[in-house]
Amino acid sequence: MNARNQLPLSRREFLKASGALIVGASGPVFFGDTLAQAPAGSLRPAVVPTELDSWVAITADGRVVAFFGKMDMGQCLDVAIAQIVADELDVAYEKVEVVMGDTALTCNQGGASGSTGISTGARPLRNAAAEARRLLVESASQKLGVPAAQLRVDNGVVSAVSDPSKKVSYAELIGGRHFNHQVEWNKQTGNPMDIKVQAKPKSPSEYRVVGKSFPRRDVAGKVYRTDKYVTDVSLPGMLHARVIRPTRAACTVASVDEASIRAVKGARVVREKDFVAVLAEHEWDAVRASRMLKVDWNHAKQSPFPPMAELHEHIRRAPVQKREEPVKRGDVDAAFKTAARVVEAEYEWPFQSHASMGPACAVADVRADGVVVWTGSQKPHFVQLGVARLLGVPPEKVRAIWVTGPGSYGRNDAGDAALDAAMLSKLAGKPVRVQGMRQDGIAWDPKGPACVHRARAALDASGKVIAYEFISKGFSRINIQTNESDPSHSLVGMSTGLPPKPNDAFNVPAESYVFDNKLLAWETIAPLLDSCSPLRTSHLRDPVGPEIQFGSEQFIDELAAATGEDPVAFRLKYVTAPRDAAVIKAAAEKALWQARPAPRANRSGDVRPGRGIAYAQRGGSIVAVVAEIEVERKSGRIRAKKFTVAHDCGLIINPEGLRYTIEGNVVHGLSRTLFEEVRFDRDRVTSIDWMTYPILDIADAPESIDVVLINRPEVAPTGAGEPSIRVIPAAVANAFFDATGVRLRKVPLTPERVKAALARA
Amino acid sequence: MASIKFAVDGKPVTVNADPAMPLLYALRNDLEMSNPHFGCGLAQCGACTVHLDGEPVRSCVMPLSAVAGRKVTTLQGLGTPKKPHPLQAAFVEEQVPQCGYCVNGWIMTAAAFLKKNPKATDSQVREALAGLKCRCGTHVAILRAIKRAQSMMA
Repeated sequence: MNARNQLPLSRREFLKASGALIVGASGPVFFGDTLAQAPAGSLRPAVVPTELDSWVAITADGRVVAFFGKMDMGQCLDVAIAQIVADELDVAYEKVEVVMGDTALTCNQGGASGSTGISTGARPLRNAAAEARRLLVESASQKLGVPAAQLRVDNGVVSAVSDPSKKVSYAELIGGRHFNHQVEWNKQTGNPMDIKVQAKPKSPSEYRVVGKSFPRRDVAGKVYRTDKYVTDVSLPGMLHARVIRPTRAACTVASVDEASIRAVKGARVVREKDFVAVLAEHEWDAVRASRMLKVDWNHAKQSPFPPMAELHEHIRRAPVQKREEPVKRGDVDAAFKTAARVVEAEYEWPFQSHASMGPACAVADVRADGVVVWTGSQKPHFVQLGVARLLGVPPEKVRAIWVTGPGSYGRNDAGDAALDAAMLSKLAGKPVRVQGMRQDGIAWDPKGPACVHRARAALDASGKVIAYEFISKGFSRINIQTNESDPSHSLVGMSTGLPPKPNDAFNVPAESYVFDNKLLAWETIAPLLDSCSPLRTSHLRDPVGPEIQFGSEQFIDELAAATGEDPVAFRLKYVTAPRDAAVIKAAAEKALWQARPAPRANRSGDVRPGRGIAYAQRGGSIVAVVAEIEVERKSGRIRAKKFTVAHDCGLIINPEGLRYTIEGNVVHGLSRTLFEEVRFDRDRVTSIDWMTYPILDIADAPESIDVVLINRPEVAPTGAGEPSIRVIPAAVANAFFDATGVRLRKVPLTPERVKAALARA
Repeated sequence: MASIKFAVDGKPVTVNADPAMPLLYALRNDLEMSNPHFGCGLAQCGACTVHLDGEPVRSCVMPLSAVAGRKVTTLQGLGTPKKPHPLQAAFVEEQVPQCGYCVNGWIMTAAAFLKKNPKATDSQVREALAGLKCRCGTHVAILRAIKRAQSMMA
């Protein structure tokens, strides 16, 4: 066995051996190796999907390393992957380590994306682990002289069923060496990447590890702060940078007064066209210089944005760029002509910000022989491609290493920071760490799109819904691409002259209501500003899910109220998928839902209780939530008391991890429902901090969240990172109607809007 | 520039820096202690919280000059995996942090509060923690962990 074939002992040593991490005097620090010093893949065959070794390895002491091309952002995903791999390989869960997020060590499985961590992300790992087990059992068969069919595996030890003394361990069979075995790749990159193998993965009835709750592995490191974040990456000779964003949108640089920062010793300006930054050896000096630097900006003659109060009017009036009708059944218009009664409503949703907990940070080391970027982006493999294109170097010369960042949940400012750092390191000729200030994470991140939803339904004389139409119109969910692979979609790319490449997409409600005539459609409109817009739009947790379902699930409630029916019974009347019905019933039963129409009969007093339900599908998962709230009439405040969530995402891998993930969705959803709205004037985003972009405070956190997990072992697992956020806004609004008899059709449901709506009623 | 002496987690330190520089930068950059985070630089989120002579302060706006001669305690000084503060043990037990960038603020603020108010009610705890931010929506888990820590400390 030579050194090339030796596998490292632990994840840390693995990274260390590959040059990513060294342990310094003050604890672990990331070391700026280059690919030339430690060529990627020197420890194993090339990291390509067709090599089994790209997915799984057995160490000399019998532990298993799974190489995962997505990453866990704190929702227990790596634990779930380890569980799945442990079951397929018949090893103890504790023996499986998961390496993730490093382009030199993992294949491009798309990063964190669309709640696909398990649904698509686990597939190649499951297949690879099953194939590894098959090869190991075959090898044991030869070694022991026992047919493979008469062998069993217990915790990494292969033994003869008839004679347990005939045994050999995985470590003895291959520990520290490579399989050098080819697998069939489906030629897909990103989320759908999968491999085909000879082995047949286990059936769910054979799982021993999957389905159990193992605790998360990242928690202690975060609580004791022994783990490092991308903000902690430090390289010898590294400079700190702050990027200078324009004071108004639609600006170009007229001139930069470099003398204006002369008082900050060692600070300097770097500029490439309209991309301006300051650099200094000490972070505080970079901050000071960024505040002192005088830049003259050329402003566009016309202000790019409409008055904020007219945003939704602008959306209504704007020409449609693209329209799709994903659900079209019967003849809606004809049915409306026969209607005994028509119900109509419109719903409005604002721009929302990722407003991650900290502004994004990245570190880049651009050298002639290779580039390394440390990033908190959800999609490091796409950062690799984007940096390569931005710098004009081959992708294989770029290594992107994901390190936990200060927040995620979509295409946030992390995507810009990674490319900023690469450009700055190139311009400076030194390693550069860049982090935004607070306004960069709120005013300048890509936004969740503002939109308007028009709904109408036709009822016949008996109250039956004979036609249903729901049309969303708004800014595109992908004006900015959801990953960083094309620098045209980054601020640094656009501000250095790359043309914007807008794309148009939205979505429609995800449900199984059957109406004889039904139309679900979406329409997108042009962005307010083509290039470098602080209101450019992209993916924010459950892209356009809460936005759409706020309208569609409230409208279903409006129909139930119009026909005097109980909201749960009304949904069950029209929902056809049995799993959907089961989820709605489970939430209602757990919440002790008493059938009656909304609003409640007794609506007196200053504090009024209300309950509301909402349900939706997402990518195969199904959720329903009952919200119980109190409305304080005088203050206009909505207090969330309790949420009861029923959740069906097929086979459950880790129930506790799933539960925590759902809780986070509920509270994040409540924050977006009650508080979040990006403010702007005609020239700029004026939400720049937590005062101007308020989010949920702990005073407003619900008293309890009850979760009913519906396990369906026979159904392949689907996602959980996002489905439960999309039902929260409508459930709260429906509970508000139940409490008050008044509809709130515009998010956020602020005290001012509550008071105004109650005063109008 | 000034030479400013203070103590961090029981150890004396000297930092040569702009006296107007916030303590956070001294901790993160000069002293290479990464545990307090930069979240906002505006004292609006709490990610940078440390104890100054036992009181929670937002180190992102605390000028270094105001720290001279005083005692700073960081999350790592509060407890370690071997000797955890009850809140740290409870936060681990309840699996609180998701991205975890905010967790420093919750634990440091709650630790100072519970020291004076060990039997605080749920609503008193909420009031004491007002203003701290969490973007992953772990608030309900935070409250569970604090309750657990209270019973561990009782």
